[in-house]
Amino acid sequence: MKIGVPKELFEGENRVAMTPESALMLQKLGYECVIETKAGLAAGFADKLYKDAGVEVVKTAAALWKAADIIAKVRQPNDTELKRLSADKTLISFFNPGGNEDGMEKAKKSGANVIAMEMVPRISRAQKMDALSSMANIAGYRAVIEAGNNFGRFFTGQVTAAGKVPPAKVLVVGAGVAGLAAIGTSTSLGAITYAFDVRPEVAEQVESMGAEFVYLDFEEDQADGAASGGYASVSSPEFREAQLAKFRELAPEVDIVITTALIPNREAPKLWLKDMIAAMKPGSVIVDLAAEKGGNAEGTVMDEKIVTDNGVTIVGYTDFPSRMAQQASSLYANNIRHMMTDLTPEKDGQINHDMEDDVIRGATVTYQGEITFPPPPPKVQAIAAKPKEVVPELTAEEKRAQEVAEFKAQTKQQVTLLAIGAVLLLGVGLVAPASFMQHFIVFVLSVFIGFQVIWNVAHSLHTPLMAVTNAISSIIILGALMQIGSSSFLVILLAALSIFMAGINIFGGFLVTRRMLAMFQKS
Amino acid sequence: MEFGFTTAAYVVAAVLFILSLGGLSGQESAKRAVWYGIVGMALAVAATLVGPGAGYWLLSILMIAGGGMIGYVVAQRVQMTEMPQLVAAMHSLVGLAAVFVGYIAHIELANVLAMPHGAGDALDGFAALLAHKTPVEQSILRVELFLGIFIGAVTFTGSVVAYGKLAGKVSSAATKLPGGHMLNAAAAIISVLCLIWYFNTGGFLPLFVMTLAAFFIGYHLIMGIGGADMPVVVSMLNSYSGWAAAAIGFSLGNDLLIVVGALVGSSGAILSYIMCKAMNRSFVSVILGGFGGETGPAMEIDGEQIAIDADGVATALEEADSVVIIPGYGMAVAQAQQNVAELTRRLRDKGKTVRFAIHPVAGRLPGHMNVLLAEAKVPYDIVLEMDEINDDFPETDVAIVIGSNDIVNPAAQEDPNSPIAGMPVLECWKAKQVFVSKRGQGTGYSGIENPLFFKENTRMFYGDAKASLDTLLTKIT
Repeated sequence: MKIGVPKELFEGENRVAMTPESALMLQKLGYECVIETKAGLAAGFADKLYKDAGVEVVKTAAALWKAADIIAKVRQPNDTELKRLSADKTLISFFNPGGNEDGMEKAKKSGANVIAMEMVPRISRAQKMDALSSMANIAGYRAVIEAGNNFGRFFTGQVTAAGKVPPAKVLVVGAGVAGLAAIGTSTSLGAITYAFDVRPEVAEQVESMGAEFVYLDFEEDQADGAASGGYASVSSPEFREAQLAKFRELAPEVDIVITTALIPNREAPKLWLKDMIAAMKPGSVIVDLAAEKGGNAEGTVMDEKIVTDNGVTIVGYTDFPSRMAQQASSLYANNIRHMMTDLTPEKDGQINHDMEDDVIRGATVTYQGEITFPPPPPKVQAIAAKPKEVVPELTAEEKRAQEVAEFKAQTKQQVTLLAIGAVLLLGVGLVAPASFMQHFIVFVLSVFIGFQVIWNVAHSLHTPLMAVTNAISSIIILGALMQIGSSSFLVILLAALSIFMAGINIFGGFLVTRRMLAMFQKS
Repeated sequence: MEFGFTTAAYVVAAVLFILSLGGLSGQESAKRAVWYGIVGMALAVAATLVGPGAGYWLLSILMIAGGGMIGYVVAQRVQMTEMPQLVAAMHSLVGLAAVFVGYIAHIELANVLAMPHGAGDALDGFAALLAHKTPVEQSILRVELFLGIFIGAVTFTGSVVAYGKLAGKVSSAATKLPGGHMLNAAAAIISVLCLIWYFNTGGFLPLFVMTLAAFFIGYHLIMGIGGADMPVVVSMLNSYSGWAAAAIGFSLGNDLLIVVGALVGSSGAILSYIMCKAMNRSFVSVILGGFGGETGPAMEIDGEQIAIDADGVATALEEADSVVIIPGYGMAVAQAQQNVAELTRRLRDKGKTVRFAIHPVAGRLPGHMNVLLAEAKVPYDIVLEMDEINDDFPETDVAIVIGSNDIVNPAAQEDPNSPIAGMPVLECWKAKQVFVSKRGQGTGYSGIENPLFFKENTRMFYGDAKASLDTLLTKIT
């Protein structure tokens, strides 16, 4: 079958769904690859590179759509493109199924199978084809770069001969994939970075990236983000108030705000209100990664950069991945390539559209003339992290009390054991004759010494310990030696055999122990 | 020779034996400790030879020398990976010797009792001791004898089976005859009946029947225990051989036998306890064999096992600053310890921190891995226990798992339904990257799926551990 990639029609879109590198991989799966001429030019991949990778280059979009059985795209297809679909074709692309009823209807009528890349479920197995994450990563990085571009100062603090430069303070709101990428970029540029998220369990991830997590003074059992597939959910009004109060407090301090707060299938929540913008210092920058869904900041204009009256720049671009088209294309092409790998289990260049597979089922929006959106919940849930149990700090008195209690329990246990032991011994002593008791005392004491001594043996020496105890347990030889002087032939024979076997053991055991111990060396 | 001299020698020997075991608390003192043990043993044997009851010196010395030669040759030739088998084989010898000595004592007892009253005064050594016993003491003697033979017999067959399993001569899977533990119970009941019989009659037959029953118990009990539990089995048999010696010591009235038997017995018992604790299993459940019944469906594992080649591992190792190696039984099987040591040397020469993490039940014998690494000249101060190193994994760049499986299984912590839930494990998955050297995609000894292999930061380095490391060593100079 043929995989075709047309030139993106959306204005300003520089990405392409196939790179020469991914084309090679697709060919290994048994597919032939076709690309529209100049499709990769904006992303830095000239036609020649594709030709060298064995990709057929066709002149027009129409020819491409005709030739290919599978069409891979980046942007949601427009009407012209949808018209070119037919029942024997599969389209893999971003599709925005939630807000694109019309497109879905058209795709359904054509009978084509459509896989929407944003619908890939968030489970570990599907991470390699999670295009939302790979694009968000780029957006996060680019947001910081874009902010720096519009920010008139250094990120990192410096003390120079010409004066002191204070470090920039960056606040990242929403620590998803984009947020974490932004945090990483910002800290590595040297800025003091704060981050906030409604899911408290990401605090650890935030701190691991080198930023400081902004905690709220708010008591509420927040919904575990992992329970909703790793996405944030809507928070309560009280929580929102606490959150906004915290932002208000931070607004005069921070120089750069990057907002990435999105809730699936909803308008972006307004988190950075007019009064906060007004409180910011002139020259500050807000980069609103949620601009496409209305923006987190009040006053964000989609796809534009505006400057407020008090000199705060608000960047509302929505095409960050496209601004880094080469990187974005290779990641997206890899996502597509992994999707194709899952669709081609036999590696024979034939699509096997398995609707039983969680990932494929989840991402498919139309299948054989039916709309299959929204998908049923995946059988495998993202594994929810268990809430950490908080061990309350103990006060000095509590600790003391605990120690005393432990000590008492230990004493009690020991005394009980001793008492039982003593009673047993006395019981034996009552019935057994004196000669037996003599030996018995020796026995009990030896067991006791044994327990005391063996606990101190180092773990690493357990094998030598076994070899040594093995050697000395051949002390049984004494029993044979003591009796060999008998007159009975049978006794002599058995005794001789025992001595022989014990002899093997004594020498074997001690020698092998010595050999082992000689090997233990300090560096 | 004087009886007093023998006793004095015994006291010295006992002290030496205690020092010998106590000295094993550290690697350096251990080297001295072995000598204490050797001297103690020599002293004990010499003192017994000159003491009462001994005779046929030439025969005795010849036997010791003959056995000693074999022991010497075996000790020189044995491979360090074969230690578990060797230890098990040696236990069987002690067990059989205990059985024989018990029988000798029985025969002597019968002889003495057959003598007319008063003739006993002329006897020597053990026989003299017997002759002076009151009827109550003789009854106690019978019980002691009986116990000594019983434990000895169980140790003998048990050790032989353990040897077979460890040496791969018997299938290491847990197998039971139809009837399972009922058979063991029946054999045990027969033994108890024999005890009562023997106690009353003092005849040879009950002793013999009991010996057969004990042989069967030893065989069947160990056959029913799977390979992964072998560390516990070997230390348990170690313990038994001690108790057998102690029981024989009682019947012979020999304090040194009692002391040493008790020392060995308690040592084995503690080792078994430590091993069980390391696997989070009760001693009883290990002895009764097999993992406990199914508790529920195992957690679904999602993700896939991603393979990596030697180049990838080499690059990651070049970049890493701290490396932790987790060896397991697979390393012993593949005889890869020399390669592991060579890898360690090369990495250390580059200034990287390389350490070893040893789980208490890694291998088939307590402390098995330590001995193998020591053989390959890995310095022991970089070989750490589980508790010492578990907290360091988050700061570790690369963790290399070589031939271990269950001891690095995160299911023990994450999946309450796992058969090994609650077992302490090495938390290697917290390292930044984990490489698992493994022969294929199969499950481990216990047959439990290991989610570690499916983790995102885990890469599978398939192939025989030794061959894999050979290729890896060509990439790292």
